[in-house]
Amino acid sequence: MARLTVKVGLGSCGLAAGANQVLEALKESDAVKSGKAELKEVGCFGYCSVEPLVEILDEKGLYTLYGNVTPEEVNGIIEAYLDNSPITKNVILNSAKTGIENQNYSKQKRIVLRNVGIIEPTSLDDYLNRNGYKALEKTLLKMKPIQVIEEMKASGLRGRGGAGFSTGKKWEFAHIAKGDKKFVVCNADEGDPGAFMDRSVLEADPHSVIEGMLIAAYAIGADEGYIYVRAEYPLAIEHLKIAIDKAEKAGFIGKNILNTPFSFTLHIKEGAGAFVCGEETALMASIEGKRGMPNVRPPYPSESGLWGNPTNINNVETLANVAWIILNGSEEFAKYGTEESKGTKVFALAGKIKNSGLIEVPMGTTLREVIYEVGGGMKTDSPLKAVQLGGPSGGCLPESLLDTPVDYDSLVDKGAIMGSGGLVVMDETTCIVDVAKFFLNFTQNESCGKCTFCRVGTKRMLEILTKICEGKGKMSDIDLLESLSNNIKKGSLCGLGQSAPNPVLTTLRYFKDEYLTHILDQRCPAGVCTNLVEYNILPDKCIGCTVCARKCPTNAIDGKAREVHIINQDMCIKCGICYESCKFAAITKQ
Amino acid sequence: MDLRKQLERIIFKYEFVNGSLIPMLQEIQELEGYLSKETMKMVSDISGIGVADIFGVATFYTVFRLKPQGKHTIRICKGTACHVSNADLILTTLRNELDLEEGEDTTADNKFTLFEVACLGCCSLAPVIMIDNTTYGKLDPQKISEILASY
Ligand SMILES: Cc1cc2nc3c(=O)[nH]c(=O)nc-3n(C[C@H](O)[C@H](O)[C@H](O)COP(=O)(O)O)c2cc1C
Ligand code: FES
Repeated sequence: MARLTVKVGLGSCGLAAGANQVLEALKESDAVKSGKAELKEVGCFGYCSVEPLVEILDEKGLYTLYGNVTPEEVNGIIEAYLDNSPITKNVILNSAKTGIENQNYSKQKRIVLRNVGIIEPTSLDDYLNRNGYKALEKTLLKMKPIQVIEEMKASGLRGRGGAGFSTGKKWEFAHIAKGDKKFVVCNADEGDPGAFMDRSVLEADPHSVIEGMLIAAYAIGADEGYIYVRAEYPLAIEHLKIAIDKAEKAGFIGKNILNTPFSFTLHIKEGAGAFVCGEETALMASIEGKRGMPNVRPPYPSESGLWGNPTNINNVETLANVAWIILNGSEEFAKYGTEESKGTKVFALAGKIKNSGLIEVPMGTTLREVIYEVGGGMKTDSPLKAVQLGGPSGGCLPESLLDTPVDYDSLVDKGAIMGSGGLVVMDETTCIVDVAKFFLNFTQNESCGKCTFCRVGTKRMLEILTKICEGKGKMSDIDLLESLSNNIKKGSLCGLGQSAPNPVLTTLRYFKDEYLTHILDQRCPAGVCTNLVEYNILPDKCIGCTVCARKCPTNAIDGKAREVHIINQDMCIKCGICYESCKFAAITKQ
Repeated sequence: MDLRKQLERIIFKYEFVNGSLIPMLQEIQELEGYLSKETMKMVSDISGIGVADIFGVATFYTVFRLKPQGKHTIRICKGTACHVSNADLILTTLRNELDLEEGEDTTADNKFTLFEVACLGCCSLAPVIMIDNTTYGKLDPQKISEILASY
């Protein structure tokens, strides 16, 4: 029997779906115990909706990726792989062995995710076998800092943390800045609620980010760095710690790296739970141990950053591109993407999309291709209503704009932003006004309070949106929302406030009718706004099973067993538990 | 060891590390599960850092707890993906099962404390909750009671 490699996806998403139990079962399987198969614990494969995932490869590299695997099935899967038999229980996602390609791999191009799901994140050897630290070697031994910067500029790489500033130019500013001491910082705060690209990269391929930081440090002349990771990502932090430790022992971090004059130390800082700390000046205040409040720029971090020293700050995904560009050349990188947006972009697909998970496509791919070809389309029969991009700073685009290409400028043109890559798909069960309220509630909570417009303005906007959702809105509220939005944009210091009105502005632009229905008809078409819906029991469908009455948190449902039940509207809090728990579709929501 | 001694040990460890107030307070928080006013005053006393600075940092970041905590921490995700997947219903069910009064976040028997957080990074499994370090995804109200019963 040929020797097999069996990989289990052990990212946070896999673990949450029970991948650990699958791993344990695999350890006990005959193939592994007898030494015929080697187990590998890898990161996220990207198909998070059908976790746990197991991939089997033979010596020729012919693979089959199985989804929804349970511990009981592991032996069966290995047998099926060997016999080439089509098993029906598990989804076969991709198979070079049998030629099945269920998911559209062909539209994807993996630069950032080049090692994700392939290597063991805790193994330095695995990384080295995939050309790891070769780019560092090339820069340190064959390139001058300025050549590295020119190469980055030529590649056209723009920051993936949101703003899309040229990475090469940013490095150049920090390189030119005067100072004996310089820092590089990796922004791994990933605050957009609904995005998980950076988490997956850090969990699955931490060395690629570290190598990017080392190259950045060499280019700008820094000898110390920080990775700022949010505390909600314990596994990412663990893998980073292991990676740093191994890189130090192997001499990639420390004094006189690869026998050159270049030295570098690297620290991890855990975030402490504040969205605004993703903003670069707030992030640095937080590293310094202070409240994470943004500061006025200029001076930019490249001139005066950590403790007043020139500092270069980049996002995780930006840094994960660097080593690839150095090894493959800026020209190769610039082949992908559009005129102004080069390379690829990783998206975290979530919401009502079928294949939620992690994907990477060339810039310029349209939203329609991302959602329907790569993402497999909608999860249920409910049609697509809106796509949310860029989180609390971004916007909601309607179905009619799905042919918009994903590049920085096209998206801004439509009122959204590329953001960090969170892409949440919404269907007809989502209320757009409620979504706008949701984001305002988020930014209002996360506003650090420094600027009056951001602090008070978002609060006023939230109050208005709440009123509209309660059916108490007036027509004049729409103008008020617009004028508040414009003032908040102008009067705020940092990107949080400047972009906070975006979700409201885009929904007003594309979904005004839905606001009007709430205001004029006091109706919520999606049935989400609790004040505007009423739950009722259909007498001819109710069989009196008493489930709803027992589940109701406020005892608002009356009725004896085997008799028709009635909802007492005065006591109903519209939580929807009865609606969800009724097995006879006897409850209506209107 | 009394509290003061334990505090001294932690504070001394961080004394010469740049920007260490946040990790230091995090470690101190682990002693009692939260930061009481008295503890913060003592920290100021020992370290010479102003009470206002300590209090300012402790109130700014959500990792810091200013009230005693239950034995298990339940984090319910209120991120975008979970929100559009009816996380509100999960929240109502949780509060209901835990018998939490309006405004309360710790159960009467001190077994659970419930927090709302913005995104646990497992959006593809929405709606999601995390109890201590275990994540549960693809939830519906029925699953909640089973999960709680296992604690
Ligand atoms: C409110 C706010 C939150 C932000 N959150 C993040 C974040 O979570 N991750 C990130 O990389 N950048 C975030 N940014 C952008 C950073 O300020 C900064 O532009 C970025 O880290 C620069 O890296 P890049 O050039 O590689 O994109 C945020 C900005 C603002 C205004
Ligand atoms: S939105 Fe809930 S885990 Fe991301």
